[in-house]
Amino acid sequence: MSFDLNFIGILIGAIMASSVPLILAASGELITERSGVLNLGVEGMMIIGAISGFALMVVTDNLFFAVIGSMLSGLIISVIFGLLTQSLLTNHVATGLALTIFGIGMSAMIGKNFVGIPGKEFPLLFVNLKESIPFLGPIFFGHSIILYFAFGLPFLTNYFLKKTKTGLIIRAVGDSPTSASNQGINVTLVRYSCILYGGAMCGLAGAYLSLIYTPQWIENMTGGRGWIALALVVFATWSPIKVLIGALIFGGITILQLHMQAVGLRIPVQLLSALPYIMTIIVLVVISRDSRKIKLNTPTSLGQIFYKEK
Amino acid sequence: MYKFFLRSLISVLFLLGFSLNANAEFKVGFVYVGPTGDHGWTYQHHEGRNAVEALGIKTTYVESVPEGADAERVIRQLAQSGHDLIFTTSFGYMDPTNKVAKDFPNVKFEHATGYKREHSNVSTYSARFYEGRTLLGHMAGKMTKTNTIGYIASFPIPEVIRGINAMTLAAQKVNPDIKTKIVWVFTWYDPGKESEAAQALIDQGADIIMQHTDSTAPVQVAEKAGVWSFGQASDMQRFAPKSILTSIIDDWAPYYVERSIAARDGTWKQQDTWHGLKEGMVAMAPYNSAMGSDLIKEVEQLQKDLASGKAHSFTGPIYDQKGNILVAEGAVADDGMLAGMNVYVKGVEGDIPQ
Repeated sequence: MSFDLNFIGILIGAIMASSVPLILAASGELITERSGVLNLGVEGMMIIGAISGFALMVVTDNLFFAVIGSMLSGLIISVIFGLLTQSLLTNHVATGLALTIFGIGMSAMIGKNFVGIPGKEFPLLFVNLKESIPFLGPIFFGHSIILYFAFGLPFLTNYFLKKTKTGLIIRAVGDSPTSASNQGINVTLVRYSCILYGGAMCGLAGAYLSLIYTPQWIENMTGGRGWIALALVVFATWSPIKVLIGALIFGGITILQLHMQAVGLRIPVQLLSALPYIMTIIVLVVISRDSRKIKLNTPTSLGQIFYKEK
Repeated sequence: MYKFFLRSLISVLFLLGFSLNANAEFKVGFVYVGPTGDHGWTYQHHEGRNAVEALGIKTTYVESVPEGADAERVIRQLAQSGHDLIFTTSFGYMDPTNKVAKDFPNVKFEHATGYKREHSNVSTYSARFYEGRTLLGHMAGKMTKTNTIGYIASFPIPEVIRGINAMTLAAQKVNPDIKTKIVWVFTWYDPGKESEAAQALIDQGADIIMQHTDSTAPVQVAEKAGVWSFGQASDMQRFAPKSILTSIIDDWAPYYVERSIAARDGTWKQQDTWHGLKEGMVAMAPYNSAMGSDLIKEVEQLQKDLASGKAHSFTGPIYDQKGNILVAEGAVADDGMLAGMNVYVKGVEGDIPQ
């Protein structure tokens, strides 16, 4: 393996790029879950975002519309989930699973006409800086705007939940919807907003795959990343910063194990393939040992149906 | 006694109804491992199905069926719903196909790339993709500057290992210094993972990317990175116009048409088919002119020789990684050895995952 610094820089850049969809989807889902709603439809919302983004890119030839449209479509699809779980009070788990199945089927149907169309080049920022600065260049520059947004998002989310009033309201709703409701908070409205936000972020995560990471539409192209994002939220014990760390470890080891194979290290390949999952869990469990903090972060009412008696 | 009569009567009526129903219309079923829009493996099987449908034969297909318990359920469902001939188009459907075939002796089954024919109503068929790999190896050996060929492999089954070996042997013949670097992704189809694997291989110095997975993602990564690549299963040229030197095309249509007609007319018999360049089940997409006309001529000649039998992908002497002889000088590997191939030849790096 070439061990020069610039190469390591390129590697880190690639790891960052691969973890973007996980960070986006998990950050969105984190807000949803902090409000007490368990939406297992992440994979479905992502794939809908992926096809909508790609289809809009083809139809309008405008990447801006494509990105906004993918977020909107993620949001619209999450409205279905909201209606069912918040207004009709259906079971969160079953509804979320149905949403994923629906999303995968629906995207395949819409996608029939968009298969085999090559994607468009997505503009990357500061490409000349990437090439002129060794090591740090490929880490910090030459990425898409969505990557910078994704890496800022966990910090924004953290600030939002901890320091703002709205964040406090969301946490209150997630911890005890009954008390929050008694305080005059419209629990259903808060939960709806959080569901919609989660949907939009999942849509964006999907669009990142179909517009930037592997610019094309392929059926089932999210390949289970939605489920990994869901698991990350839980293993990160609902902390945005730990979600970021977990996503980077997962993306990092996925890519490193491929490099280790390419170099020809004599480690059983099956072990290497399982490594991203094992390591992510171990690291997140180790850094979240503080049971007091876990209790503080866990939305107590997660997945429970709330209705206001009138 | 009365009960016995009643039971016989019911079963006779049932069988009668069943066979009447089955005779009502001849139907062919297809089980796919990926989506029809993968532009690779499943896409080509689907093209074959379209050719059958064009004859006016009714067909049904189920796509993205995982290789496991689900597969048996889907195959059984197709058999139960009156399909007379069922094509199961992935290696992992081997055991489920045979299991269902046992319970439906009147339904004919065709399993792709497998070797088990446990019942008289199961045929197997596959293509000699390795002949295509030999051509790719020749081109790769000539075109590489870094002498490193990157190979994205799916699962350690004989078909995949045969491809790696055929490619490496052909590349060594024209360029003794080449190295084959292999990355196992343990999936047939995951565009994200396939592109990460392609990128890893390129970062490790490969300037030729070859894949035994089904999506178009690796060739697109190759196009972006400015290295050469080869399409898999169908012509992927438009996804990477500059990078793709050629694609190995699986052409199942003639076989599907022939077998469907045979089943419809009652002349279907169990068989094991392994067709290659000669019969056209393996075809090559147009060669990229960037290779230069001399190399194209060479490859076209080799393609003719492989088709006519003048050349063989596995001509001795062939050694395994430890230097033991596998095929003696002047001999060629027989089909039995090819079908069960589970060792790397000399020059391939790493171990086969067990």
